[in-house]
Amino acid sequence: MAEAKKPKSPKGTVAINVELCKGCGFCIAFCPSGVLEFSDKFNSKGYHPPHAANPEKCVGCGLCGMYCPDFAIFGTRNKEVA
Amino acid sequence: MSPTTKNPRNQYLRTDRMPHIWCPGCGLGTTINCFITAVEECGLPLDLISVVSGIGCTGRIAGYLKLDSFHTTHGRPIPFATGLKLANPKLKVVVFSGDGDLCAIGGNHFIHAARRNMDLTIICVNNFTYGMTGGQVTPTTPMEAVSSTTPYGNIEEPFNLPFLADCSGAVYVARWTTFHVRQAAKAMREAIQKNGFSFVEIISPCPTLYGRRNKLGDGLKMMQAFKDNSVVCNDADTRSVALDFRGKIACGKFVDREKTSFLDMYNTKMAERFGPFYEPYEGVK
Amino acid sequence: MKADPKGVLTGAHFLDGDHACCEGALAAGCRFAAGYPITPSTEVVERIAARFPSVGGIFIQMEDELASSIALQGAVWGGAKAMTVTSGPGFSLMMEHIGYAAMVETPCVFVDVQRSGPSTGLPTLPAQADMMQARWGSHGDYEVIALCPNSPQECFDLTIKAFNLAEVYRVPVMMMMDECVGHMTEKVVIPKASEIHVEPRRYTTAKPEDYLPFKAEKNSAPPMVRAGDGYRFHVTGLTHDERGYPVTNAEVQDRCVRRLVDKIRANARQIIMLEESDTSDADIVVVSYGITSRVAVKAIQQAREDGYKVGHLRLVTAWPFPEKRLRTLASHVKAFIMPELNLGQMYFEMQRCVEGRAATYLLPHAGGSVHDPELIYQKIAYAARHMRVKEGKEKEAAK
Repeated sequence: MAEAKKPKSPKGTVAINVELCKGCGFCIAFCPSGVLEFSDKFNSKGYHPPHAANPEKCVGCGLCGMYCPDFAIFGTRNKEVA
Repeated sequence: MSPTTKNPRNQYLRTDRMPHIWCPGCGLGTTINCFITAVEECGLPLDLISVVSGIGCTGRIAGYLKLDSFHTTHGRPIPFATGLKLANPKLKVVVFSGDGDLCAIGGNHFIHAARRNMDLTIICVNNFTYGMTGGQVTPTTPMEAVSSTTPYGNIEEPFNLPFLADCSGAVYVARWTTFHVRQAAKAMREAIQKNGFSFVEIISPCPTLYGRRNKLGDGLKMMQAFKDNSVVCNDADTRSVALDFRGKIACGKFVDREKTSFLDMYNTKMAERFGPFYEPYEGVK
Repeated sequence: MKADPKGVLTGAHFLDGDHACCEGALAAGCRFAAGYPITPSTEVVERIAARFPSVGGIFIQMEDELASSIALQGAVWGGAKAMTVTSGPGFSLMMEHIGYAAMVETPCVFVDVQRSGPSTGLPTLPAQADMMQARWGSHGDYEVIALCPNSPQECFDLTIKAFNLAEVYRVPVMMMMDECVGHMTEKVVIPKASEIHVEPRRYTTAKPEDYLPFKAEKNSAPPMVRAGDGYRFHVTGLTHDERGYPVTNAEVQDRCVRRLVDKIRANARQIIMLEESDTSDADIVVVSYGITSRVAVKAIQQAREDGYKVGHLRLVTAWPFPEKRLRTLASHVKAFIMPELNLGQMYFEMQRCVEGRAATYLLPHAGGSVHDPELIYQKIAYAARHMRVKEGKEKEAAK
């Protein structure tokens, strides 16, 4: 269901449930690190969901999830790898 | 380190009812995120939190939160919450409703619950319009704004909700927009933790029915406007925080004071009157 | 379950109907009341305000009747037994919440001490003109229960009954008092707590994950939960499925509303309380309720002494209406007379059930006082005369 990007050693990860997305763009506009962009793909309702265009920049602040009015995206901080 | 696939917010949501009914770019879902954060941070047992909503787009919030939730009648969530709270004061009762529901049809209950300092948290999502019925004027619609029932522009002076709450006796009054997610969450937490009538106004975009008619753009454009036009002015005199059409949005915590809540006052009075025989009222047995 | 002795003022008292109603509520376990002052019901809440704090209850005077009628439902969902008290204009304001109580199945009691209307009418004088409003006042299809006490003693007894019925069927139950009954002072005997039956709230025993808040056995009300018990349930006035979730289609609407109606209609026999005298051999039956039933008794006694075969059917329960009993009576009774303090409300319900098999007479009164028993007597005599004329004609035709 959720599609997640797994970069090399970013501080955070963003997970997107594309089917819940209504394409408002809040997450893209307000991501402080510029991780997200609209995807070219459509979900089944015809919206363009976001995708992590720059996953390495994710700091896992979780703001995308705070903004998302459709509960379609959330960011998590990655565990420190020793 | 596998990616988390389940939204941690799901435990607070009725996921079997998703996707919700709200339009793309509507701010209501964002206010839910803020509320969930507030609930998480204040550490209350979820079983003891009840959410009461009225009617309208915001009124549907109760139905999406996986808490004891009541979708009541139009304008009446505050008196319903009053009864609920008095029957079981252990509950933290949060009224989550819209500007039309709380301040037009329910305006009388709003001022009276504040006056008697009923221990309730009121979260009013103000999108300046009646969304569910198609975008009519509300008591918070700014002058000049166009709505389906003010097609030539609104001629009525709107309510300044923080001032209304303040002068009615609220012990906590704050206003933020859906752009200010962290601040809004903090304000909701503080409001929940306050003993007495606490009020948080959240300015939220309704792109479909308010934004479109008033050429304010889509939800994102409205959010950008919130970002650009907001002025944080904590402790401001609530008389000075009225909103204009396309004007500055005063945000912040305006009131935070101590006052004995209704139930504490009740128990104090009865103990005084009945003496040592009086068993403090802590809910129906 | 027996009454909590804390709320029971055992003994013989000299009380008016309003005060007796308050005592009945206390005996029934009511510990939350919300109200707004309105003549002639105010004495009920005044006594509640004085009595509740000392028995572990709470009263709040709300800002209006809209608030009272929903605050009590909040209290019920918080675990309380609750009621509100009002009169005509306030009752009108409460209508939406009677519909809400019916829809979300809040067990609660609405007391309406009737006064003359419409609008402000005669605030200090009696009427029985809210009877149809009690039944049909809120929009949409639903059923309620309405009781009509005719004495302070019954204001006590039937208030307990009202609470018990509310718990069993999870409907709003109306106490249809009137100004006369409310302000009349008589002896009221309050029994020992151990002699008062109190219907406990029926809470579910299901686990939260298995619980469906609006799933009920056929023709019955579902078991309840209250806020704070960990069920995280949802309640909505929208058409809802068994989970309590809103569903917008005709099929769920049918299932939802039909059950609300059927749980009362199918149990009408258990719910209905009637008082009858001399109906088995009667040619004429006076059907009455509330204060009017006491006036009627005097006329009926006189008529019987004068040789008329008159019986009396008193509706203790006005809603659901005793359709079956009236149909049965109509098989041998030749005329029905209904005096009521309105210009025709329950009369038409009676007429519907009689189905033209007997003559029906309305004895209307616009309110402001009660009927003169003499008028009821005259109506009995009139009905008897017509009956004889009709019989004569029938005999004539048979020849």
